[in-house]
Amino acid sequence: MADKMELNEVEVWDGNYAASQALRQAQVDVVAAYPITPSTPIVENYGAYVANGYVDGEYVMAESEHGAMSACVGAAAAGGRVATATSSQGFMLMLEVLYQASGMRLPIVLTVVNRAVASPLNVRGDHGDMYAGRDSGWVQIDAFNAQEAYDLTLCAFKIGEDLDVRLPVMVHQDGFVTSHTAQNVYPLSDEEAYAFVGDYKPVDEMLDFSRPVTYGAQTEEDWHYEHKAKQHKALMESYKVIDKVFEEFEKKTGRKYNRLEQYMMEDAEVAIVALGTTVETAIYAAEQLRKDEGIKAGVVAPRSFRPFPYNEIREALANVKSVAVLDRSCPMGAMGALYNEICGAMASTPANPLVTNYIYGLGGRDFAVEDAKNIFREQKANADAGYITTELQQFSGLRGPKLAFYEAKRS
Amino acid sequence: MAITSIKNLKEFSTTNERFEGAHLLCPGCAHSMIVRELLNCTDDNLVLATNTGCLEVSTAVYPYTSWDTSWIHIGFENAASAVTGAEAMYKARKRKGTLKDPDAPVKFVAFGGDGSTFDIGFQWISGAVERGHDFTYICLDNENYANTGGQRSSATPIGAHTSTAQAGRVSYGKKQKKKDIVGIFAAHGAPYVAQLSPNKWKIMAKGFQKALETEGPCFINTVSACTTEWKFDPKDTIHVTDLATDSLMFPIYEIINGTKLNILYRPKNIIPVEEYLAAQGRYKHLFKPENRHVIEQIQKEIDEKWEYLQRREEASV
Repeated sequence: MADKMELNEVEVWDGNYAASQALRQAQVDVVAAYPITPSTPIVENYGAYVANGYVDGEYVMAESEHGAMSACVGAAAAGGRVATATSSQGFMLMLEVLYQASGMRLPIVLTVVNRAVASPLNVRGDHGDMYAGRDSGWVQIDAFNAQEAYDLTLCAFKIGEDLDVRLPVMVHQDGFVTSHTAQNVYPLSDEEAYAFVGDYKPVDEMLDFSRPVTYGAQTEEDWHYEHKAKQHKALMESYKVIDKVFEEFEKKTGRKYNRLEQYMMEDAEVAIVALGTTVETAIYAAEQLRKDEGIKAGVVAPRSFRPFPYNEIREALANVKSVAVLDRSCPMGAMGALYNEICGAMASTPANPLVTNYIYGLGGRDFAVEDAKNIFREQKANADAGYITTELQQFSGLRGPKLAFYEAKRS
Repeated sequence: MAITSIKNLKEFSTTNERFEGAHLLCPGCAHSMIVRELLNCTDDNLVLATNTGCLEVSTAVYPYTSWDTSWIHIGFENAASAVTGAEAMYKARKRKGTLKDPDAPVKFVAFGGDGSTFDIGFQWISGAVERGHDFTYICLDNENYANTGGQRSSATPIGAHTSTAQAGRVSYGKKQKKKDIVGIFAAHGAPYVAQLSPNKWKIMAKGFQKALETEGPCFINTVSACTTEWKFDPKDTIHVTDLATDSLMFPIYEIINGTKLNILYRPKNIIPVEEYLAAQGRYKHLFKPENRHVIEQIQKEIDEKWEYLQRREEASV
């Protein structure tokens, strides 16, 4: 029986440590992993728990991320709780197996510490890896700080393992800015945390020999489409369980999470939509602009990137005049993915806000409060003019001549 | 471990049938013989994993399955990872007391073709063996990517014609030698490594049982004659396999703990490799005068390998 760990009411943890503590408290049966910057400490911290008697489960150090996720799939099919961690290139190497994990409806938890994708090689944070996973059939939940990385990792087990979902879940946090920045974190006790997550409920397990199961069958044109459609339906409808789990978590901790987070949106005239640590930067900028320049700025942040909260977006932006959607991944030949989702949501409503796209922060380029303020100011100019005064897509914080694409059609 | 007695084939017919005859493998394919023999030589519960390949696509096409035991397929390369992940889960759940039947012994076995073993899945097996999981990996070696229509693999012998190493006006087929997969896994220090063949079914069953009984990672390369790509009549599978083992193209031997080598089958009459080659369409072009030197080279390498194996056995190191 694993030893319990005594935790203080307030701990000073970085995002990696927070995530690894959540894995320990969830009493994961198998962690199969391969280290990669900046998520390496999650695996290392967990290894320390194993070495010191705080873990009853198995700890499998695979020969690659592909092998790690493959072992996770085999372990999950054998009917227990499974988790791992990765970033960037490791995420890309796992990508094949991410689709296979979700296609087999295995509720694995993957803590992703977001990092840029090479080439050029870069270890710093952007959302290139996170975006690469967006069609992989996983629930994708985004944490903006260390506390959230801890809370949402606990929630992830409960969401993915719910019998109405049975899908793998990623919990994202920003490389270095969250993963390596120590902050105050309020943990649950080991008993409280496990009571919240609950026992794993095996479904179609390979270790029940009274009822043999075949995993990973082949389907061609006669069945493949139905299988994928059913999986999509499960992911689309998983919002109900996400809401339920967030409610339960609030009851337990007082910390309230929403699939779409909104800050100062009650009377907002302009808004930034963003993910990750940028959300907190944008909130701070909005508060200052409200105070200093009288700009009614607000911030909207999808906590749940998949399933995407379309209805909540429609409502949140219904009365906003100008919206900046910030993508921390280079879309390469298109608008940013988040921008496209927001436009997709708003195009089907009577509300017709002006929506522009900002690419920013690639490879860990700092995104400062002043950068956010400038974006808000441009939205204010749009709102006052009644049309988009800039190009549709702009690069924020890029050195050299301004880079922007697509002139908006002026009214 | 519950070992099924294997005195004769009739006894086999009464054993636990966990691989159903209704599958889509080619008539005359040796894969099913090898797989059935593995499944029949133990009564223990089995968790099986299979890499993408002939065996996988022929046995689990939704909504049907040929497997009456736990079975998983993920992708081309990762059956070893899948089955060792399951083995880790078994250990964890046994420790925590969450297994439905905690006292029943369970064996973990992965199957792969030579494509997924020698080539695309090589790293995954190496990793699983190094980690020391208690499992057996069985390669069904038919010396080509048969599932995709017969392309070369690094198990394809020199001189064989495949669609990506073709024999033609200026080519005698594959130019490179076959990888020594048995030696490679012996070099991992695996406790039991062997090369076995379904024509010598008693030896094969004994080897399988030894692997299943041995704690730790075991690797077995099995000869799986491919009627479609080796180009011989489906009724001749065992005949061709006899020629393979009796010409010593496929010597049957085991290596214990990475060092101690035992030859498990010594042909009474060693036949020239030419007879083995002549029985298959894939070597037809080697009998042209300009390609005869390749046959000589193959024979020379077989002789050298046999000498090497015998000296290793004698030295007992």
